[in-house]
Amino acid sequence: MRKVINKMKKNIRVALLGNPNSGKTTLFNSLTGSTAYVGNWPGVTVEKKSGTYYFKGKGKDREGIDIIDLPGIYSLSPYTPEEVISRNYILKENPDVVINVIDATNLERNLYMTTQLLEIDVPVVLAVNMTDALAESGKTIDYAKLKEKLKIPVVPISALEEKGLDNLMKVTKVEANKKREAYSVITDKKIEKVTEIYKKYKIANPLFHAIKALEKDEIEESENKEAYADVQSLMAQDKEDYEAVIADLRYQFLTPLCAEISTKPHKSEKEKWTKSDRIDQVLTHKIFGMLIMIVALFFVFHFTFSGDLLFLNAFGVNFGEGYEGFLSIMVGGEEYRPFAGLIYTDGGINSIGEFFHVLAGDNETGILGLISLGIKALLLKWNAPEWVVGFFYDGLLNGVTAVLGFVPQIMILYTFFSIMEDSGYMARIAFMLDRIFRKFGVSGRAFIPMIMGFGCAIPAMINTRTLATEKERIKTIRVIPFFTCGAKAEFIAIIAAAIAAAVGVDAGLFTFSMYMLGILVAIVSVIVMNKTTQREKVPPFIMELPTYRTPQLKALTRHVYNKGKHFVIKAFTIILASTIVIWLLANFGWDWQMVDENGTGSILQSLGSFIQPLFTPLGFGVQAGEHGWTLTVASIQGIVAKENVTATAETLASIIDVDGFTGIVEAIGLSNAAVVAFSVFNLLTIPCFAAIATAKGELSNRKVYRWTIAYWFLLSYGLGALTYVSFAYVWTLAITIPVIALLIALLIIYDRHKKKQELLLENE
Amino acid sequence: MNEEKIIIKVGDLAKLSIVPIGTSGVIHLVSGQGRLGRRLLDMGLTPGAEVFLRKQAPLGDPLELTLRGYELSIRKSEADLIVIRVTDLDAKGDK
Repeated sequence: MRKVINKMKKNIRVALLGNPNSGKTTLFNSLTGSTAYVGNWPGVTVEKKSGTYYFKGKGKDREGIDIIDLPGIYSLSPYTPEEVISRNYILKENPDVVINVIDATNLERNLYMTTQLLEIDVPVVLAVNMTDALAESGKTIDYAKLKEKLKIPVVPISALEEKGLDNLMKVTKVEANKKREAYSVITDKKIEKVTEIYKKYKIANPLFHAIKALEKDEIEESENKEAYADVQSLMAQDKEDYEAVIADLRYQFLTPLCAEISTKPHKSEKEKWTKSDRIDQVLTHKIFGMLIMIVALFFVFHFTFSGDLLFLNAFGVNFGEGYEGFLSIMVGGEEYRPFAGLIYTDGGINSIGEFFHVLAGDNETGILGLISLGIKALLLKWNAPEWVVGFFYDGLLNGVTAVLGFVPQIMILYTFFSIMEDSGYMARIAFMLDRIFRKFGVSGRAFIPMIMGFGCAIPAMINTRTLATEKERIKTIRVIPFFTCGAKAEFIAIIAAAIAAAVGVDAGLFTFSMYMLGILVAIVSVIVMNKTTQREKVPPFIMELPTYRTPQLKALTRHVYNKGKHFVIKAFTIILASTIVIWLLANFGWDWQMVDENGTGSILQSLGSFIQPLFTPLGFGVQAGEHGWTLTVASIQGIVAKENVTATAETLASIIDVDGFTGIVEAIGLSNAAVVAFSVFNLLTIPCFAAIATAKGELSNRKVYRWTIAYWFLLSYGLGALTYVSFAYVWTLAITIPVIALLIALLIIYDRHKKKQELLLENE
Repeated sequence: MNEEKIIIKVGDLAKLSIVPIGTSGVIHLVSGQGRLGRRLLDMGLTPGAEVFLRKQAPLGDPLELTLRGYELSIRKSEADLIVIRVTDLDAKGDK
């Protein structure tokens, strides 16, 4: 019985609402102990998240408050899709209290939305956040006066230093049991009249809706049709632009209020250069700004992936045979040196990312190698049958460790990105690149989801909700997979190693050029879409540039840890499962008997060989001969998860008894052209199942979604074939180059034609 | 845009898109329509607000403004919708 009663007692439900970058997510994390990601650019939270705050106390009887973190918004008149989420939550889900989080160092604009929130019949607590930064700047706020003026409780807090949080929750709890009647800081006879109309229709929150109707809000028009129509007929004679008038009146209320309650009026601010301004002067410098950006991005990749730090080897420093490793072990009659090449190899000094990669290793090197070899040694000691050793060591461990070994390296990449985001530099890159991005047909704002694509396409696609127009979202979602994600970095690395072994091109250079290719394809795709199917006027670029701040170690480690966890979980679930299936299918024939060796006669071999000819134009079809099915299977597995390209290649290499991907390439005698084509195809093709599902959720139009999938496949197949043919038969360039030139010409003619039509339409 | 040198004096009304970097002024008019116009208003670009044209991006566009105590970036095309009354031509901005 008691349990039932406990369940009946519902927690108080509290929504966090505030401007982007006001510290809501930091507050949410501090209150709930969650590890939601915090960044320093507007729009980090694009979905609502919930957690629970517990008052200090013991055991299960502790009282809890459910907290919902909403996407940051500047106004309750939504502009982007994620802003609609916040507005709808407040109006339709009826939270018990809304905590309005505002940035103490930026009162005026933050309070603008507060004035709108006051027009809704919901208890509001004003949490004045970032009091630490306020104290640093030497300013003070008269909280008592603010409370008196706004007629709602005001609590100063610092979410970062976790100050004032208990007090905030106490106040919130008291407010939850109260009712608050909406009022507006604007007093106007028209508003009263219109409110009466809404009251007549018995619509909840009449004051809020009345003001939105006066502003001719689009959502209001579609949601409360009858009341809205009544309002418009009442206002028919009125020529006033209420939208501007109301916004103006709100600020007319706020400007003197802010001057009154803060000791230093903000007016003097522009006259003195803050630390943030001085940093900005360098980082967005007229000449050096772009240069610094390019160098910074280059070094992010260099420090993460290069095996020749600072190009010492390329400049002629000799590293002999490389570092031998301090350990030598014997397993199954073979000698292994798990830590060989840890610090430097014959190719140069390892970058920090490469160091961690070698340290983590695979099933015969690094820490993972020690574990794997340990298991193998145990199995051998117990005289386990050969197939058992094969299953655990060459199947399971081979696939999983191939993926796990890259996790530390990817975490390093994330660390760099997180630093750029948390510091506020990412927003400046968007600011600097807007001019270029606009030429392609998207705003500089699209840079943020695109660069997030280097980490993982899923959060990147969700982040497109911060973009202003639907077409801009479509364009961005379609090109996000071309920004090489962490999982793709893995197979690029093994392909780079194969290329390095075959022709001696530096692995770092190959990796870099694959990243560049992805970016180039993304740019061309956006341009083409912008000129053909997704034509639109350049979306506007109105973005807050946050103050620079030192990245917080706590937030940084939380974020990087979460990303690492994501990859580790994936390795032990979907990758592990795929590896087992692949191993079984590669070792058993249709008669459920184990096949002898080389996988000949196995289910997987026959399936792979059946599909294999599909890849003939890409150079790894029929040309690849009897072992070619391994590459076909790896590519198809890549559509499940991109880590599978690596894991499957490793597992199948052991089946056909060669050493890794490089071994497969050598066994087949695959041409370099085909290896590059294999890389291009897997880089650009349909991403993973998870990304497909996300794209489906984010693209509201079914047809657009289907075309997106088709586009990914056809483009990767076409470019893969083009790569192979151009490398293998150079003379074909004499045909392809004119054809491409013709296509470009056609595109330009089409664009001109369309422009004329659009101009005519506009003039009409 | 216009290559001609336009001389702007303190007290003039001018579009925010043509005044030199370092100009301060008070917003006189915001003429944006629809969603774009409302967004500009919501971000605090309302008549009577003081703005300071702090800088332009390395490639010349977008612009960075200081208003109501924070930094906002808008393009020249959006600045074209905003008319200010110039109050100061030589506040500190970087070129």
